[in-house]
Amino acid sequence: MNGGRKPSGGGRGRGAAGAAGAAGAAGKDGQRRPMFRRRKVCKFCSDKIDDINYKDTKLLLPFVPERAKILPRRISGTCAMHQRKLRTAIMRARQLALIPYTAE
Amino acid sequence: MNRKYELVYVVSPDATEAQIAELATQVEGIVQRLGGTLEKTENWGRRKLAYEIGRHKEATYILDVINGSGELMKEIDRRLKVFDLVIRHLVVRVDEHEGVIDRQKSRRTETSRRRRIARGLPPDRAPGEGQRGEPDDDRDDRFDMGLEDVR
Repeated sequence: MNGGRKPSGGGRGRGAAGAAGAAGAAGKDGQRRPMFRRRKVCKFCSDKIDDINYKDTKLLLPFVPERAKILPRRISGTCAMHQRKLRTAIMRARQLALIPYTAE
Repeated sequence: MNRKYELVYVVSPDATEAQIAELATQVEGIVQRLGGTLEKTENWGRRKLAYEIGRHKEATYILDVINGSGELMKEIDRRLKVFDLVIRHLVVRVDEHEGVIDRQKSRRTETSRRRRIARGLPPDRAPGEGQRGEPDDDRDDRFDMGLEDVR
């Protein structure tokens, strides 16, 4: 009972703090910098790569940075279609131990 | 119903050349017995594994391209599960996927030709013609953008 309650309280606290932090950062952003970010483009669309193949580790590796998690679309800028293809390719490559599931 | 499949199997590093050859002939035997054809086989040789499997750190990879039925692949899958020497294997159907890629490629060349003709140019690009991409930095910076969001 007690054990169940404590972590949940802690979780809530942390969540609140996190939200406050994010809000603060966003406020700063709004005030200070209308920072220009270059528009991200999908690597596969711009380079005209049709085939995302699980055997092509060289192509896949940049999308699994050091922790070996799949790089999310919001960071890589990959389009939805290619992200789906990339995901299946990475998962196949992982089965064959061409790409790690995780680092450590 | 014949389809095209790719089979990759990963053989334990303890296996001798002869054992690997024997495995290959066994696979070929199953393929022939069940009315398929072995289009191509490719040995990638010894590679380091991305993670340890059992106690192995490297292994031999072999790729087969097989034309055959689903029943055949099921049988191969079943048989490969039994062999101790095969530590991983993967069967992927590739014919549909290849069709999609071909269609995309042909569509791409077709539209580019149409556009070039519309602009009064010869349909195919001569080597060295056209603007080159800027020889620049934006290959890499896609990965360090938006890091604030991640944290």
